[in-house]
Amino acid sequence: MKIWSSLLAVIALVFIAWVGAGVLHLSTFFGIVLPYLALIIFLAGFLLRVIKWGKSPVPFCIPTTCGQQESLPWIKPNKIENPTTTWGVIWRMILEITLFRSLFRNTATEKHDGNLAIGSAKWLWFGSLLFHWSMLVIIIRHLRFFTEPVPVLIQGLEFMDSFLQIGIPLLYMTDVFIVLALSYLFLRRVAIPKVKYISQAADYFPLLLLLGVAISGILMRYFFRVDVVGVKELAMGLVTFRPVFSAEIGPIFYIHLTLVSCLFAYFPWSKLMHAGGIFMSPTRNLANNSRMVRHVNPWNYAVKTHTYDEYEEEFRDKMKKVGLPLEGEG
Amino acid sequence: MYNGGKIIAGLIIFAAIITSPFLLNIGKADEAPQPSLDTPAINQMSEKKCVESAEFMRTGHMQMLNDWRDQVVRNGDTVYVSNSGQEYEMSLENSCLKCHSNKQEFCDSCHTYAQVDPYCWDCHTDTKGAGQ
Ligand code: HEC
Ligand code: HEC
Ligand code: HEC
Ligand code: HEM
Repeated sequence: MKIWSSLLAVIALVFIAWVGAGVLHLSTFFGIVLPYLALIIFLAGFLLRVIKWGKSPVPFCIPTTCGQQESLPWIKPNKIENPTTTWGVIWRMILEITLFRSLFRNTATEKHDGNLAIGSAKWLWFGSLLFHWSMLVIIIRHLRFFTEPVPVLIQGLEFMDSFLQIGIPLLYMTDVFIVLALSYLFLRRVAIPKVKYISQAADYFPLLLLLGVAISGILMRYFFRVDVVGVKELAMGLVTFRPVFSAEIGPIFYIHLTLVSCLFAYFPWSKLMHAGGIFMSPTRNLANNSRMVRHVNPWNYAVKTHTYDEYEEEFRDKMKKVGLPLEGEG
Repeated sequence: MYNGGKIIAGLIIFAAIITSPFLLNIGKADEAPQPSLDTPAINQMSEKKCVESAEFMRTGHMQMLNDWRDQVVRNGDTVYVSNSGQEYEMSLENSCLKCHSNKQEFCDSCHTYAQVDPYCWDCHTDTKGAGQ
């Protein structure tokens, strides 16, 4: 049910874009209004959610670590697994978001001859790493539609991505990777009963939406060709706030663009916000310096204190009388 | 403990990255390519037609070239019959570039704009049609 409703939602989006742009020719709405709207929702929603998270206090110093903490000089600390400085945290964060190191430690528990056995499970790490990197490369490559002249960096990326020189238009390796990776991530949820049990529509829908974006893009590039020069003129118009339609662009482009717009508009309100959330996780973004720096809980109220010095001051005469030792006059 | 300063700095960087296509294009006007048809071969034509309709050529010429290549190199077939019944030699240099002998002002004007760099010219010459 959750799977079918998600699939149905994506198909409905495709259908709306196809009817709207292909049959009713509402290209102004699907080509200009919707993308702008989606970008505004994405940017505002993303900023608001991060600001909201930023407003909640972090009461304790709770980084998760798995290495020796910095302590006595002759004990070798593990600077990556247990950072004690901000630079250490930044380095660990860079490795986390580029290599998904914490996911690399993923384990699976299985029953072997009546005993529970825990083994490493790397496929999830591999699949998600493959997906995220492919998506990044594809998005950077897409900047060729939004820049004139196209930066050398993007040209180089495009060259490397297509260097197998298969077919015309040249096959991009990332196109194959993203479809394989997304299919794996989707099938994992469907095929493993335990994972299926905890999967919600909110898990299936983003996967299927991303798959829809990728497949529509691939169909457009290799099968139902559109006028790419016309697309670039529209894209350049959008980013210079002078959008124009200089050519008739096929409906597959509007399907692609509508799915992308929905992805962007959906992003801030969904689990995809882990993109911003990873930076806001106290278990990752704090230095493990609890032995060096006092971590003040911001919701502590001001406690009324009465220090020993003040106590001694108050009872000095009485203490003197009974002969108690006094620090102030030691 | 809050980290307002760091969070705001991060958000500013994020917003700059997301809006970079807009920021990079401030003050620029987009100039669409104008592929030039001004070549001796095309000027001589009474009816200025490409191999297929111009709309088809704009979106599908790369796939057509791919088909041509396979036809010629694998099947030894060298004649293409267009939708209108006209016959053309299936050749990059002796057909496309005979009419479009101004590669720089024609093919390249679009390709630079759309950032495609066909590797065909590693082997095929682009000056033959111009008679150089
Ligand atoms: C109206 C603009 C335009 C003109 C004129 C044009 N092209 Fe293209 N060409 C394109 C676009 C746009 C692409 C790539 C679209 C894409 O990214 O899929 C392309 C792609 C190609 C490719 C495939 C390249 C690859 O690496 O995938 C070849 C080959 C090609 N063109 C040959 C030619 C030749 C030869 C001429 C001149 C006779 C020519 N084109 C004229 C717009 C044009
Ligand atoms: C017989 C001469 C001739 C041949 C051969 C020829 N073309 Fe053309 N081509 C033309 C003419 C004339 C036009 C303009 C057609 C029009 O505007 O309707 C044109 C238009 C085009 C366009 C569209 C340009 C635009 O601005 O919309 C492309 C792309 C193109 N040709 C590519 C090719 C390719 C690739 C080949 C080889 C497969 C080729 N042409 C072979 C004469 C030719
Ligand atoms: C590695 C070198 C090489 C590259 C790169 C190359 N070709 Fe060729 N091509 C050849 C050779 C060799 C022939 C055969 C020539 C013959 O039989 O006369 C040929 C033949 C052709 C033919 C038919 C014959 C003719 O006269 O044109 C076409 C069409 C063609 N190539 C298109 C392309 C296109 C389009 C590209 C770029 C996407 C390309 N080729 C890239 C080497 C190359
Ligand atoms: C989340 C963002 C997006 C993703 C993941 C995505 C994905 C893809 C993929 C996988 C392809 C196949 C070819 C390739 O890899 O280049 C593609 C092609 C394409 N996309 Fe996107 N896309 C996105 C956003 C956009 C946007 C905003 C536009 C609007 C300009 C766009 C326009 C196109 C066009 C025109 C093609 C065909 C390119 C060609 O023929 O060479 N895409 N897209």
